[in-house]
This record gives sequence, C-alpha cells and structure tokens, in this order.
Amino acid sequence: MSELLIRGGRVIDPSRGTDGPADVLIRDGRIEAVGRNIPAEPGIELVDAAGKVVAPGLIDIHVHLREPGFEHAETIASGAAAAAAGGFTAVCAMPNTDPVTDSQATVGFVVRQAIRAGQARVYPIGAVSLGQRGEQLTEFGELIQAGAVAVSDDGKPVRSSHLMRTALEYAKTFGIPVADHCEDLSLAQGGAMHEGIISARLGLKGIPSAAEEIMVARNILLAELTGGHVHLCHMSTRGSVELIRWAKSKGLRVTAEATPHHFTLTHERCEGYDTNAKMNPPLREAADRDAIRQGLADGSIDCIASDHAPHHYDAKEREFDEAPNGIVGLETAFGLGMRELVGPGVLSLPELLARMSTLPARVFRLPGGTLAVGAPADLVVLDVERQWEVRREALHSKSLNSPFLGETLRGQADLTIVGGRVVFQRPPRSTS
Amino acid sequence: MTPSSLGKDLVGLEFLSTEQILLILDTAEPFKEVSERAIKKVPALRGKTIVNLFFEPSTRTRISFEFAEKRLSADTVNVASSGSSVSKGETLVDTARNLEAMRIDMVVIRHPASGAAQFLASRIRSNVINAGDGKHEHPTQALLDLLTLRDHFGTLAGLKVAICGDVLHSRVARSNIWGLLKVGAEVALCGPATLIPREFESLGVKLIPRIDDAIAWADALNVLRLQLERMEAGFIPSLREYNRVFGVTRERLERAPKDLVILHPGPMNRGVEIDSDVADGPHSVILPQVTNGVAVRMAVLYLLAGGAPDWRSAPGGEER
Repeated sequence: MSELLIRGGRVIDPSRGTDGPADVLIRDGRIEAVGRNIPAEPGIELVDAAGKVVAPGLIDIHVHLREPGFEHAETIASGAAAAAAGGFTAVCAMPNTDPVTDSQATVGFVVRQAIRAGQARVYPIGAVSLGQRGEQLTEFGELIQAGAVAVSDDGKPVRSSHLMRTALEYAKTFGIPVADHCEDLSLAQGGAMHEGIISARLGLKGIPSAAEEIMVARNILLAELTGGHVHLCHMSTRGSVELIRWAKSKGLRVTAEATPHHFTLTHERCEGYDTNAKMNPPLREAADRDAIRQGLADGSIDCIASDHAPHHYDAKEREFDEAPNGIVGLETAFGLGMRELVGPGVLSLPELLARMSTLPARVFRLPGGTLAVGAPADLVVLDVERQWEVRREALHSKSLNSPFLGETLRGQADLTIVGGRVVFQRPPRSTS
Repeated sequence: MTPSSLGKDLVGLEFLSTEQILLILDTAEPFKEVSERAIKKVPALRGKTIVNLFFEPSTRTRISFEFAEKRLSADTVNVASSGSSVSKGETLVDTARNLEAMRIDMVVIRHPASGAAQFLASRIRSNVINAGDGKHEHPTQALLDLLTLRDHFGTLAGLKVAICGDVLHSRVARSNIWGLLKVGAEVALCGPATLIPREFESLGVKLIPRIDDAIAWADALNVLRLQLERMEAGFIPSLREYNRVFGVTRERLERAPKDLVILHPGPMNRGVEIDSDVADGPHSVILPQVTNGVAVRMAVLYLLAGGAPDWRSAPGGEER
C-alpha cells in the first residue's frame, strides 16, 4: 500500500506531550515512524509541511449530520466532507435523525453511509431511549455491536431521573458514556434565548442558566450513585463549570464538552433577532463565556465539540421564536479555537490540540488523537497562522447557518489524512 | 418626497431619539383637529397605498390605523391572518415578498412573534410600522400614551409614571419604558415578581413591589391588561387574588396623597387589574387615549411618508 512522508513540520502530539520539528512516515494506513530526518525512499509520496503544524486529526464528538431524514440540510457525505475541511478525521453523529438512530439497522446505516463517503470517519451515537421518547432504553449492546460509540438523546434531555440512572448503570456493562443534553424543560420550554436583559428587552422568552445547572447537578449525583460515566454536552454557564469542578474534585466519572460559540459569543449577539445566534443551550453572558474559557484552561471541561447543527437556508429565515436552534461549526471550530483561546493565551496550541483531538478520543474511547507508532494514520496538517475570512463559497457543509460568516479567523487545515489517505487538501492559494 | 425624519420604519421607541419622539407628538397636535372636522379628511397621503397586515386579532389598533390612513386620503387594504394565505402556511418572508411585488408604499404589521416588524422592515423597501410585535414593542400605543400624558400635565419631563401589571408579556410596557425614559420621565414597574423582569432595573427603571407604594409615588398609572392565560401558566394563583393584591381600586386611589391620572391600553378586564369605578372615574384618561391614537398614527404615517413636520405647510396641506 501507499507510503506518505510528511516532512519539515512542527509535530505536536498531545497524547505523548511532544512538540518539535519532525517528519511523519505513514505506511499501510498506520503511523510507521515519527522522527527527525526520516529518509525518503524512492517512489514515496512527499508532503512539505515546512512552516506548518502536524497533529493528530481533530475529533468532534458532537455533530448533527441530519441523515437520514433531513438530507436537504446535510448528508453524512457532505457533513463528513465539511469535517475533513475543518481538520477533523473523526466525528460522532448524534441520533436525532428521522428515523432516530435507536436500532442496529439505523446505526448500521450511518456506518455504511460514512464508509461510502470516504471522508472523515463517522461514529454513530445511539439513542438512550427508543425514539428519544424518554421511556424505554434502547438495546445498547446491539447498537455498540453495529458501531455506536456512546448513547445520547441529544436535542432533548433525558427527563426522567430513573431512566438516566438505569442508562448509566446499564452502560457500565459496555464501558460507554451516556451523553446528556442538560436542560430542565419545565424551566426552559418555549424559551428562545438566554434569560437576561437582552431577552427582557427583545420580548423573547428566556431560558435561565438554572435550567442547565439543575440537570448538570442531577447528572453528577447520578454518576455518583451509579458509578457510571456521564458526559455533559455543550456546557454554557458558569454555574455548570463550578458543578463540574466539584464533581471532578470528588473523582466522579464526569466529562464535559463546550462549543466554540459558547467560548466566543454572548447573548448580545441576539440583538436584531439574528436567528444565526439562536442555539440551545443559548448564548449566555460574558461571565459565562469567560467561565467556559477558564474551564477549558483548567481541564474542568475536557474537550471542544462543535455541536455542528446544519439547517437549510430558509429554515433560519423566519421569526426568531419559530427559527430552529443551532449553527454549523465544523469548518470554523479550529479557527475560533486559535483566535479566541490560543490568541489571548487561554490555551497553548498543544493544549488546544489536546482538547480537540486527544481528549475527545479519550472521553469517548475512540481510536485516534495520537501520533503513536502503529496508530491509525489520522492526522492533520494545519496552517496555524493563516488569517482567513469565513465565506459562503468556501464552506463544504450543505448549510450556511453560521454567525461567523464574514469574520476573519486564524488557523486552517491544509491537509487532512484519514487512515493514511488524503481526504482533504486545501488548493494552493494564488499568491497575491 | 423628502426623506423621512423618522427613518424608513417605526419598529420601536428604543430606536428613536428624544427629538424624533417629540417631533411625532408635535406633529400629532394639528392632526387632532382634523378628526373634529365635519369632513375628516386631508390629502396628505393621496395616492399612497397602505396594507394593514394583522396576524393577531385587534379591534382598537386596527381601526385606529385605518381611520388615520383614511383621514390622510391613503388607499388602504386590510389583511387578517385568517382567510389569507397565512392560514395556508405561507411564511412571513414570502408574504413580505408578495407585498413588495405589489409595490405598496407602507405596511402596518401586528404579529404574535417578537421581532416580526423588524424582520419585515429589513426585507422590503416599503415603510413598515409596528402595530405590536409579540412581547417586544407597540410604539404607537406608547406614543399615544405620551401624548395623553402631555395633554394632561403640560410636560413629560420629571413626570412619575408607574406601569402596573404583566410587564413580562407586555409590548405596551416595553415601548412605554423607552418612550418615557427618553422624554425625561421617571418610570416604575409594579406587579407580582413573576411578571416583572428584574433586568429592566438596569435601564434606570424603579421596581416597586406593592401597588399602594406605586400609587403613593406616581403621578400617573398605566395599568396593563392581565391576560387570563397567565393564571393557567402559573404566573399568578387566581384573578381574584390578583385584584385583591395588585388591582387598581378606588379605595387605594383615595388613600393616595394626590390625584392620579389613570391610563389603560385596553381591552380592560374590569374587576381584575382595574375596577370599573376607576376606569369610568374622573381621573381616567382611557377614552382620550383612544382619540389621541388616531392623531398619533396620522403623524407617524405622515412623517414616514416624508412629510414636513407641519402638514399644513406641505403642498396642498390646507386643501379641504
């Protein structure tokens, strides 16, 4: 099989804590060697990574790829292509499709579509409950056998504490996390944005921070009760970060993720009823955003996940109350991490890469997130200095619902390699 | 036509300057007289086409706008959500595009979603006037409240106005807060804490939890309608208790150190937020509010169409 030698880059491998100039040799889809001045055998394909960063491929454990059921917004193929363009070599697809990914057959469908697409790897997340109705557990064992890596009813919380308890206990058999969308619906129902001065002024029903924190606290207590692994999706409030810090100090099996939009934007962005600022959980206050950044810096929040949520262009073109939640995020995640976290010194570049590759892999027990010899050759070559503008034409997702359109980000993937195969290459820029 | 001194649209009082608000009130003054004439018509908007787009039931506001338009000689069409393409599932953006394609000059919109007026305004070239969008703003209601208060007190600066009741769900309250603050009045909010967003305090508004204290503080009360659904949604335990704890009653007003002016945007729930003998009493300006509504809406329509601040100075202004 093919051989590839990536030469002259700054190689950062957070899984081993290494950072320095090196070459990476790939053979038969695996990492063969990492070191200085690896000789190029005749016929080998060469990649010049001078001035670039070579790192384990980014991993996003929370995306919505909309297939089956909502292929007008995204397909597994278009989503996996957007992932590859964003530097991701693997993503985990949430089960809130139509039909819901709650059976062996539907999990298998996602796996097959991903193989057919041949872009970033796509790992299905199975539903916790049948039809995400919050009543009866799905067949975790069969879902995992078909390829699921975790279970979640994301889009909705697991409302019943009893069901969450049994899910956490039952998941222990298989060593998978139960990922929960933390929202007390009796407080949040009908809400369109964060509850605060902006919602009061705009006359929109607010979602108080407590709606998230109540469920975060409940899930932490259930993790303690069961010894199960609970993963807290898209944390957005300062109170949640405090609760997670407390849970971790007690040694509980609690992990958490935060999105680029929650470490970047605040509720002021909803002014003018901009539906691209409508998401769930909502954009919160500056103090919340700062707490999310602090949580990423001190490790309370394990990883960054985009919550990539594509919507067809006309779905957001309506009244704020009626517009769906969420934004696309795969292609802006790394650029926002560089601009918002590495730029101001919240994280070092190796720390950012850890929170976007090694740690998400560890949280969901996925292959990847490492450049160790023998590991699958899932890696990315990044230009970490490039300033680029988020333009519609440049995006690969089928949907363009992003509040970052027109903004300048820093850092972009130039080359994405999955299993030794180049799945994305940024065309050489014409020098201006 | 000269460019409008108000900008293209009237979406909310939050977006107007003090000068613009006072300009509307001053422009409304001479229009009051038009409604007192035997022939209640001036040609100021002759040849203009206006659509009144009402996605929510409304009697007072819709009729008030329609009279304002007709007394300015505009050609008007009324569209209600039932019996139109809206009830067939047409989106607001499609409705907007269709109106645009018919080359209308102005749209008056009432819609249940906050932000709907701004949504429409940013998508069509016609002037858009917000006749109430969800819980956001109802600017012409607040303008007529300001005009009524100015008629009574002679000035607005320094006036103490308490807005009482369901502020959380009220577009009238939001427009009044902005309008009153901009003209230099003092504003207090009074009602059950479940219906008063505390965050408004940061705008410089006073929160007075008890109605007796609000009555003792204020020069005027603007009493909001309490919708029956609020009880079902658990914001208050019962209408009876609401009346007992927060209702504006004659007994409460009689204990006040001075006479208060009472406003209500209507429709009233007699015996709930306001007692009949207050609504019908000597200090109620509820009907003058309605009369002023037509003049204020004439002023807004006229100014948005690019009219000079004094309509009589415009060409053909004194024509009968």
